[in-house]
Parts: sequence; structure tokens; C-alpha cells
Amino acid sequence: MARTSDTNDVIFEARDLKINAVRDDGSELPIVKGVDFKVRRGEVVALIGESGSGKTTISLAALGYCKPGLKFAGGEALLNGQDVTAMDTEELRPIRGEKVAYLAQSAAATFNPSILINEQVTEAPVLHGSKTREEADAKALSLYRALELPDPETIGGRYPHQVSGGQLQRLMAAMALCGEPDLLVLDEPTTALDVTTQIEVLKAFKQVIKEEGAAAIYVTHDLAVVAQIADHIVVLYNGEIKEAGPVETIIHESEHPYTKRLMAAIKPLPEAGLGEASNHEHMRDAPALVARNINAGYGKGPDGAPTTMVLRDVNVAIERGKTVGIIGESGCGKSTLARVFAGLLPPSAGDLELDGQPVAPNLAARTRDELRRVQFVYQMADTALNPRQRIKDILGRPVEFYGGLTGAKKTERVNELLEMVEMPPPFAERFPHELSGGQKQRINLARALAAEPEVVLCDEVTSALDTIVGANVIELLKSLRRETGVSFVFISHDLSTVASFADEIVVLYAGRVAEQGPTDKVLSPPYHPYTRLLISSVPEMRTGWLEATVASQETITGLTGGVELTDIGCPFFARCPLAIEETCDTTAPPRRVDGEDHVIECHREVGDLLGGG
Amino acid sequence: MTTSNTAKNTQAEHFVAPYDAGVSFDELPDSAPSSRYSPSWTGWLGITIVGFWVFIAIFGPWLAPLGENDLPFPDDYSEFQLPRPGAWLGTDESDRDVLSRLMYGAGRTIGISFMATLLAYFIGVVLGIGAAISTPRVDMIVSRINDAFLSLPTIMLGLVVVAAVGSSIPVLIITAGVIYATVVFRLARALGQEIMVMDFVEAARVRGEGRWWIITREIWPNAAMPLLTDFGLRLIYVILFISSLSFLGLGVQPPQADWGSMVRENLGALSYGASVIPVVAPALAIATLTVAINLVVDDISAHSGGKLSKRL
Repeated sequence: MARTSDTNDVIFEARDLKINAVRDDGSELPIVKGVDFKVRRGEVVALIGESGSGKTTISLAALGYCKPGLKFAGGEALLNGQDVTAMDTEELRPIRGEKVAYLAQSAAATFNPSILINEQVTEAPVLHGSKTREEADAKALSLYRALELPDPETIGGRYPHQVSGGQLQRLMAAMALCGEPDLLVLDEPTTALDVTTQIEVLKAFKQVIKEEGAAAIYVTHDLAVVAQIADHIVVLYNGEIKEAGPVETIIHESEHPYTKRLMAAIKPLPEAGLGEASNHEHMRDAPALVARNINAGYGKGPDGAPTTMVLRDVNVAIERGKTVGIIGESGCGKSTLARVFAGLLPPSAGDLELDGQPVAPNLAARTRDELRRVQFVYQMADTALNPRQRIKDILGRPVEFYGGLTGAKKTERVNELLEMVEMPPPFAERFPHELSGGQKQRINLARALAAEPEVVLCDEVTSALDTIVGANVIELLKSLRRETGVSFVFISHDLSTVASFADEIVVLYAGRVAEQGPTDKVLSPPYHPYTRLLISSVPEMRTGWLEATVASQETITGLTGGVELTDIGCPFFARCPLAIEETCDTTAPPRRVDGEDHVIECHREVGDLLGGG
Repeated sequence: MTTSNTAKNTQAEHFVAPYDAGVSFDELPDSAPSSRYSPSWTGWLGITIVGFWVFIAIFGPWLAPLGENDLPFPDDYSEFQLPRPGAWLGTDESDRDVLSRLMYGAGRTIGISFMATLLAYFIGVVLGIGAAISTPRVDMIVSRINDAFLSLPTIMLGLVVVAAVGSSIPVLIITAGVIYATVVFRLARALGQEIMVMDFVEAARVRGEGRWWIITREIWPNAAMPLLTDFGLRLIYVILFISSLSFLGLGVQPPQADWGSMVRENLGALSYGASVIPVVAPALAIATLTVAINLVVDDISAHSGGKLSKRL
């Protein structure tokens, strides 16, 4: 659809927009405190800030929507010159879906799993009567092409579970754009995705917004993503604009201290030499935890072997006081490995050793002391802490259970633990829902430490947190490692975080170890082709990075296709730019050793893997 | 406000809000702490009516003007009399005082129902949460047996049991308790399963906690609130069940009064009585009590928002 390219064409404007939360007693608490910004046609404006900054609330105001418990308290939100805050539901209905469309964070939650994709994509315009079914189908098809979805002619005839996460995210964009809205509101659309998937989705979004001539509000807390897609940045804190301006200005010449702090919390790119070397004072002969030739999977076949084999021949040794980072995309078996360590999933083959002594593969057969030594920290602190227990009980239980402390000694220990995770003692009386996301994650960590463990398994502990909060948690982990000599297994899909923290990295791909070794060696050539893909997929804090990356050869091959478990050959074969036909797809890759402790599983010689680093 | 003016006119340019150099930016709170429950006016209405009937149920026998089988006008043998001094709600088919019988009956109807619901909860919750945390095999067996019971019509089952064993108050309580335990079982099992897969339960298992700890400390506190709300709803069903049995003549036996049997005894009033109050009054009592419990339950559910209704 041709649109005028008048750059002064303002699609959306917030004028001194105020939104209040209404308390039970009727008093009001300002959430958005007078915000002004404009979105012009063809422009992407990013709202950034941490959770609680009001960014989602503001973006929803563009749809004339307030979450329950909130109300518009002043100012205007003008969509094409009309104030949507003053409209009632009947007036808003034709506007939503036609003039403005909303893309939620999770495509999986947006699509109805039992309705064909095409029907859902074309539903809004057909329902609104703005398009006939044929027109809508044609529009959807052109969007599938523009979004570079595989098999655009037939993909609409599938169900949501039959496409990958990244594809579903792009299909959600097609759903939003099908009605040709003037304004697109995107709420953290790539936050839940792997770095490799994030690239393809970002690229598709950027292209299609440009082609359709729509304007967009992009809500995120990730500045590196914003640098790729936005024209303007609005920095929010506590419902107020702290800084606003063109992308280049904000990135290179930010002035406000809050923006500077956001910039400082951005993790450096994964490179060799960033890791903080842990000291050796806690070293002993036997590693804290050893896993040898682990095979593990889910389901139980007739012969007793798992029906879905996830991990194959995994060898990991966790030295005392060291941190091992485990990385890979979702579906690579990272969490499965952690569950094997914890005894939640007994491996079908292989041995586990704690402190040089063999340990039972399943939880029930482990002694209390063995259980104490390995502690698990869950990704979502929200579900990991019992909402009906006070913090003192959550922390006090492992103290009592493993340490046998009661009464005043227990209280003393709980306060010590709170101090360790940098929280004041009065928090002991609170319930989990009275804490912020970062504080909950600290309690989650403190509970693991309460057991005085030797190994702490951290499963994506920073993934659900905002940039600044996540950076604080990493700092905390570093200091805990220095003070306690505990070994950490740090599972993440975020290579930057792992690079800054881990002594050793294990790169998992589809349940196999692709590469493992000391951080600096893994992050410098020779690379496994998969490691290289991961490294090159981490967004850089500069404009133009996205275009440069998608143009490069290895990412083109690597981005097509997702993680699939294979029984024979190298699972990375289909995505590998260096794949050798007839070899990689039929034979399991050999372990190639580069130097003392750096292992790459690949059919290519180590020398072949050096180039292009 | 100068800041907003600057932003308004200079979107293309760089806008920086004024700031103090020393200010730190604390982590913003995740969400507002939840507020205490304060009933709305419908909630208060429900609480008032329920409170009234509970008061009558407990103190009715002392407050009643006459005994439940006393005749207000021993010399006057006409049944279904209109209200007049000495019998404020008139008399019933046996010339007894309707008001006094209503007050005696309140205790019996509410008491039996409450005891039966308690029993249903005890059986249902213990077995339900037990099934949720057992092995799939045990869960399967217990659940299928429960399904079999659930497939029987409640009134039929009640009639058969009472007809076979004979009616007495303990039999009524146990029958209603067991029948309604099947429904509670399903709810408790579903809640238990939902909570079982939460990370904090797994954390307790990884810690090495025993089954008893997991049930009493991790699962029960989280299941208690939705179960308590359901308790109110279940109580309504049991009241109606007990009243229906009494109405059919298999519940509370004459000459003892209870609301359901009062409706049955006085049915004749509808066709040839001078007053319909003897049949309408107990019916209204059942209706007001059940509706009022519903109001309270709805009000509590609305307060807990989507969470509770989702779990139910």
C-alpha cells in the first residue's frame, strides 16, 4: 500500500500523558507522570527502561487501553489526531486492529493453538470488514514473503505448534500488520528469543516496518536491540522521561546519569580475556563434581532407554571454586544437564562423582549430605519461592534441614545470608511478593547458599531480569565466588554474561558438546562453527550491526533452521557452513584437542577452524 | 513544567531531563503489595444474612418462643392458621408454631450440612493431594474409583444408602460427606498437581524433604485459599442435598424439624391451607442462606482477582 512519505506526518503523539494506579482505598498513585513524545510515519520510537518504569503502560495507552487498576489521569494520547484516552470501548473497537496493532512478548501465548495460522493472521481485517477474505489472504501471503518465512504459500495452513519460535514471532508480526495499521506497538518482541533467532526476527521486523510505511513504538530494556531497529529512543524511569533523542545521540552522547547507568550495565561483547580469573586458594585435587559419558533423555522406551535422547556423551568436570558456563540455544539440553547434576533426571548411561566419590544418579538415593553439596537455583524466582512462606522461613529451612540450627542461631544465620546477598535483615519478615524481581532472585540465591553447598547450579538466573538488575546479580555472584569458594555451573543462552563470569565454557548443541575449554580459548579461534555463530549473533551496541551480520556468510547458513536432535552424525550439520557431505551427516564428530584442555568436536581439522575469526 | 515543553517541541533533537548529580536509581518495586480483603456492599449483605442464620442456628432453641413440637393454641384444632399473636408465622399441618420450628430447624439444617461438608473436605483433600503426589499408577487407581462414584446421581445414591441403612443424623452426615468428597477430591487433586510442578516444590524435593513436609508446608498453604472459597460453594450444595433428602422423607425424621422436611410436611398448605407461610418460610430460609453464601464467596473471589477464579 502506497503511503505518503511526508516525514512530518505524526501518527502518534503523547501530550503530557498521565496515568494513575487506583488503590483500594480510592487514593491514586501516579505511574506515568506526564510524558511527551511523537511517533512519525516510517519511524520506530523505542521506549526503554527497567520493569516498573511505565514503558508498557505508556505503549498500551496508544491503544487507548489501561490495565485493570490503572486510569488515565490527564494529558492526551493522540492517534492520527484523535485522543484515544477519551474514547469508550465502542469507539476504540474499529481503531484497534485497523489503526493500531499490538505485538505481545510471547507469540506462543498470542496464537490459539487449535486454529490454523492463516485464519488467525487474517482474522482482524476480515472481522473489521476492511478487507475481504481474498484480499486478506493475499496481504498475508505478501507479508509471509516480506518476513522471509519458509514456504510462504503453505505456512498459513499449519498450526502454531508446527512452526519454530522465531517463525511464530514473525507470524505474529504478520498478524499485526495484516490490517495495515498506522501504528504498531511492539512489547519486548525478541526478549524471550535466542540470540540467533533474535537476529532473524529483528531483521524481518525492520524490513517490514520500512516496506509497509508504518510507525512503531518498540518497548524493550535491551539497548543493543534498540540500536538496531529504532530511530529515536525515549529513556524512562519511574514514569518520567529522563532522556530522549535520536539513536546515535543517545548511544554516543548520552547525558543523563540514568541513561549512562543503563549503558554501563550493557555487557561487553564476548571476547577472550574478559573473564575474571578466579583465584586458586580453594583448589583441591578432586573436582567438586564430575560427569562422565552422560547420556540422558526423557520418556521410557521398551528397552528401558529414553525415547527422546537429549544428552549424548557429555563429559564435564567442575573444579572447586571455579565457574563453568554452559551455553547453547534453547533445546540444546542445558537445563537437562543441570537436572542430571541435581539428581532430578537420572542419566541412562554415565557416572556422576561428587568430590571424587561416586554418587547415586537419582535424588532419592542420595544422602542428605550429598544433597546439601549440590544446590539448584531456578530461573524464575517467582515460581521458585513459595508465595506463602516468609523469607525467614524460606532461608531458615535449609539452614535447619542441613545445618541443624534452630532458634536464635538460625535467625542469626538467616541474617548473615541476607547480608551476603546485600539485603537488609528486616526483609526476613516479608513475603516473596513484597520484593522486586532482582530481590527475589537474590533470595533464590541465598537459599542455595544456605545449604553451604559445594556446587551451585544456576539455570538462566539473569535471563528474566532487567539489564541493570541482571548486572547487579552477576556482580553479586562474582563476589560470592570470591568469598565462599563455591563452584558455580552457570547456564545461560547469553554468551556475554557467561564470558564475563565463567572460567570454563561448555558449548552444547542438540545435546552434544560442540566445544569446551577455558573461557579464553573457547572465545578465540579455533572455533567450532556453532560457537562462531553464537558469538557473531550477540548484538553489538552500534547502528548498522544487524545489516552487517545478516550479510555475512556464516550467519546466513546458521540462521536457517533450528535445533534438532539427531541420532547419527553431527547435529549441527544442517546449519554448518563448513559441513562435509557424506561425513558430517553420517558419522559422529571426533573430539579434537587443541592444546591442553580445549576440545572441539568436529570433522574439520583444528587448522580449518582457525580462519575468519 | 519545563521538561515536557522541551520534549514536545524537540523530538528530533536531544532532550535531557534535569537531574541531581548524586541521585541513585533504586530497583523499582515489582508490584504493589496486595491489599487486605474488605467486603463490598454485596459482600456485607451476604455476611449479614449468613451471620443472622448462623446465630439462629446456634441460639435458636433458646430464643424460640415455643418448643419445636409445642402447640401454640392447644384448644384450636385448625391447621395452617394465618399469623397472629402467639404464632407469628402461623401454624403448620399439625398446628405447631412455624416460627419455633424454623428456628429449631436452622440448627439442624446448617449443622448437618456443615459437618458433612467438613467431612467431605477432610476425605477429599487428603485423598486428592495424596493422589496428586503419588505415583501415576496409584493416582490412576484412586482417580478412576472416584470417577465411578462421581458418575452416580447424588440424590439417587443418597436415597439408596439412607433407605438401606435407615435415616439418622450421623448417617446423613456420613452419606453427604462421602458423596461430596468425590467433587472435592477432583478439585484438590487438580490444585495439588498444579502446585506440584511449581519450582518451589521441586526445590523442596531437591533439598531432600519428605512427603509429609511437601504436603503440609509447600502444597497445602497454597491450596488452602481456593479450597476455602470452594468450601462455601460446596456447603450450598450440601444444604440443598440434605434439604432434598428431607423433602423426600429420607432426611431428618419427624417430629424433628429441619427446613427441607418442613417444606414437605406443609405441602398441603399450597392447595388447601389458609396460609402458605408454613411452606414458603422454610423454602425462603434455604434460598436466602444459599444465595448469601454465594454472595460472600463471589465477593472474596472478586477480591483475589483472576488468580483464584482461574484456579477454581
